[in-house]
Amino acid sequence: MSKRIEAKNLDIYYGKFKAVEDVSMVVEPRAVTAFIGPSGCGKSTFLRSLNRMHEVIPGAYVDGELLLDGEDLYGPGVDPVNVRRQIGMVFQRPNPFPTMSIKENVLAGLKLNNKRASKGELDETAEKALRGANLWEEVKNRLDLPGSGLSGGQQQRLCIARAIAMQPDVLLMDEPCSALDPISTLAIEDLIQELKANYTIVIVTHNMQQAARVSDTTAFFNIAGTGQPGKLIEMDSTEKIFSTPSVKATEDYITGRFG
Amino acid sequence: MTATLTPPRASSSLTAGQLPRWTTPLLVAAAAVVGIVATLLLGGFNAGLAAFFAFVLYQVAIFVASASVEGTRKGFDRLMYGFVVGAFLLALVPLAWLAFTTLLAGLNRFDGQFFTWSMRNIVGEGGGAIHAIYGTLAVTGVATLISVPIGLLTAVYLSEYGQGKALARGITFFVDVMTGVPSIVAGLFAYALMGLVFRPGFVSGFAGSIALSVLMIPVVVRSSEELLRIVPNELREASYALGVPKWRTILKIVIPTAISGIVSGVILAIARIIGETAPLMIASGFTQSINNNFFDGPMMTLPTFVYGQYAYRSLPHEAYVDRAWAGALTLILIVMSLNLIGRIIAKRFAPKTSGR
Repeated sequence: MSKRIEAKNLDIYYGKFKAVEDVSMVVEPRAVTAFIGPSGCGKSTFLRSLNRMHEVIPGAYVDGELLLDGEDLYGPGVDPVNVRRQIGMVFQRPNPFPTMSIKENVLAGLKLNNKRASKGELDETAEKALRGANLWEEVKNRLDLPGSGLSGGQQQRLCIARAIAMQPDVLLMDEPCSALDPISTLAIEDLIQELKANYTIVIVTHNMQQAARVSDTTAFFNIAGTGQPGKLIEMDSTEKIFSTPSVKATEDYITGRFG
Repeated sequence: MTATLTPPRASSSLTAGQLPRWTTPLLVAAAAVVGIVATLLLGGFNAGLAAFFAFVLYQVAIFVASASVEGTRKGFDRLMYGFVVGAFLLALVPLAWLAFTTLLAGLNRFDGQFFTWSMRNIVGEGGGAIHAIYGTLAVTGVATLISVPIGLLTAVYLSEYGQGKALARGITFFVDVMTGVPSIVAGLFAYALMGLVFRPGFVSGFAGSIALSVLMIPVVVRSSEELLRIVPNELREASYALGVPKWRTILKIVIPTAISGIVSGVILAIARIIGETAPLMIASGFTQSINNNFFDGPMMTLPTFVYGQYAYRSLPHEAYVDRAWAGALTLILIVMSLNLIGRIIAKRFAPKTSGR
């Protein structure tokens, strides 16, 4: 279920603007990889390129190779829709579908993709996904109520349940806790630790303590100045990055001397 | 026993004088009385003049009273509040007047015969408008069936696919132009089109529907496009991230999220065209009987019925005028019930906002 991602000399563009330059990295399966760096350094852009979500913005494209277990995600004939079915994503702001109930939200990926399944199977999938997202106990009595009635933290876990109901190989998280309070953040972080057993997880965060707490590997992105492309500065085990980083800029950023 | 006296509150920099609550109703009543008396003294009661006097008097009084007790900021606040409410009431007057007059005059012939008889072989009293009611429902219904798919699909193209493209800009421009087409031109267009396709002088209910579609499509496009645009992009991205193709995202996420507004927009567009008279006079013609063939022969509608009854009166005049009013009342009731149905549908489909 869990797959390995490998980027080789990846450049990402928005039209003529080069947003990310020359990133090469390996994201290991069954582990949490965190991207840190200042705003605008391209870490979210890079994350979105991993499941071809950045293409939603007109004029955006990439140059280079991106391999999912050896298969090129940007190869000729690759359908971005199929890529996204294997690489799920959780966004910064919780975004449950307002027209759907909690259960419909969890099953949205299956229903919208027209997967045939009996009611029993669907119920089972919904329960499994909600349990997986640590939300089942809180919502099991109101599965038919709208998802927008939940609190922010619950909505975010609902979005995670929605993503894992598709049984993706990889789960991308774009600052999943930045709109949440510390208690909800803790719930999500615990959840990430549990999900690690089955998924490749990539998380973008502005919170360095969070990166230190949840991740096994940390990648530091930086930007030389406005209008310059973002670059991958250093990537290593989280322990190493937060204790003895090999690049000065990483140390400056982590100790708060920068920016 | 000690008396529990509350000591007078010491004035601080935060407290200020306040007018008692009954000031506004009292001043309104007083101003109304003075206004009425003033018109009586000036030579006869006149509701409009009395209301005007009362309004001016109230505004002056409340401003002076409030400014002297509460300070000038509060005074201006109350003054502007008076203007706002006054403007609202002024805007309400024609509407209430129209509804009242139509109801009063329309009820004279709002009877069973009116809804069961046509005007076939009727001269003078009696007769009804069943042929026109049938025609209005048919012509408007078909116009809606033509306009909604075209308008909605155009709106989907403009908001989901065409952003920044020259074609989209062109469509937007021509939709704007179409919004400004005079309705009589739409009628002439349909008449000319039918003349070319079938035979010169061809009139039918269908031709009327074509004319009304020309007027309705731009309204549907504009309102639907606005509503599709305000669907948050995050929902589209959430759907894409689940591996849902774009067309399915539009069909299952974007349109359902906006559907209640789209329905309201369509209802407004119907209300806009259902009262059109000029294009139907040209494209659908006049008749006194029910026409069961939608695609050939003249077909009466309520607006043309009202016009016809009023314009081509014979004796007794009252019978014709009463029928015209009853027709107008029927038309208003149809629009109102459409609005009501639209609201119910919109509410049924609206995104569920709470559920705690």
